[in-house]
Amino acid sequence: MLEAIKQPWPWYVAGALIGLTVPYLLLVGNKTFGISSSLRHLCAACLPANIKFFKYDWKKEAWNLFFVGGIALGAFIAANLLSNPDPIELAVPTAEYLASKGITDTSSLQPSEIFSWDQLFTLRGLIFFVIGGFMVGFGTRYAGGCTSGHAIMGLSSLQWPSLIATMMFMIGGILMTWFILPTLLTL
Amino acid sequence: METASQQTPATADLQQRELDAMCVNESVLKHPWWYNLKYSAWGILFGIVFVKAEIVSWFRIQEMFRFESFHMYGVIGTAVMVGLISVLLIKRTKARTIYGEEIHIPDKTFNKGQVYGALIFGLGWAITGACPGPLFAQIGAGYSVVIVTFISAVAGTWVYGRFREKLPH
Repeated sequence: MLEAIKQPWPWYVAGALIGLTVPYLLLVGNKTFGISSSLRHLCAACLPANIKFFKYDWKKEAWNLFFVGGIALGAFIAANLLSNPDPIELAVPTAEYLASKGITDTSSLQPSEIFSWDQLFTLRGLIFFVIGGFMVGFGTRYAGGCTSGHAIMGLSSLQWPSLIATMMFMIGGILMTWFILPTLLTL
Repeated sequence: METASQQTPATADLQQRELDAMCVNESVLKHPWWYNLKYSAWGILFGIVFVKAEIVSWFRIQEMFRFESFHMYGVIGTAVMVGLISVLLIKRTKARTIYGEEIHIPDKTFNKGQVYGALIFGLGWAITGACPGPLFAQIGAGYSVVIVTFISAVAGTWVYGRFREKLPH
């Protein structure tokens, strides 16, 4: 049993469990699913700086911070107690493409060629962590939600603005992957 | 926003919290803090799923945007189907929360942020390999350098709030 759990989980198991978050949050406390809002609550809690966007009762939304805290803890448990000892099984064309860019370490979920503190202080690291992270935080708030709030919660409740947002997420990701990342990866 | 001051503080606060945010607490009940552990419990399960289905992996996001694997499309597609059916059932049966409250799902209104902002997020998603949920999971899974990504994301959110009025919506 434990051996089976340690193997990578199939998409339908993961998808079903993630989808069940929607009714869980609604039934347990009338909450709508969304993760990027936690970043806003952190701003409101730590550095509201008299900005109208951050002046609200963030404590009422503290549930969201408990939720993301749980995500970090769950990931810690999975990575330390349930981890899969085998390298990640990548699609062959992806693996070949990344190898052509010098990324070959598939022993873990993230490539060590990028995800290390040494890399942070290179131009590529600056773009991957600082600028990339900034775009994630800025973009999700500007869009009013991320993959959870728009793609999952929004589409589940048939909100058409969420469909537009989801399509734009994909277009942005595709543009970056096909036209900009090939250069960024070789920096 | 301009009319917020004319409303009762409670409504004004709800509007402020709602401001283009998908995730809003619709409950009016006040509970002690440990009631929130219900959300941590689900978060733990969620974090385990994120790691075990490799959704937090930069590699999987690359595969998705290169259209070379079905995995992530399967995950998101299934999640939306399960969510959709759940919301339909909740609406049909007029289900209430475990505390007896009526369930309310706020409607989204369209603004240009869902085009520009979403595009910016998409670009960042492909670089970092993480949307906000996986950010927390990557850190929890021990990729400590992602703390920098996370702090940058909080900074991005703050800068958005600071310049919100000047951006096209």
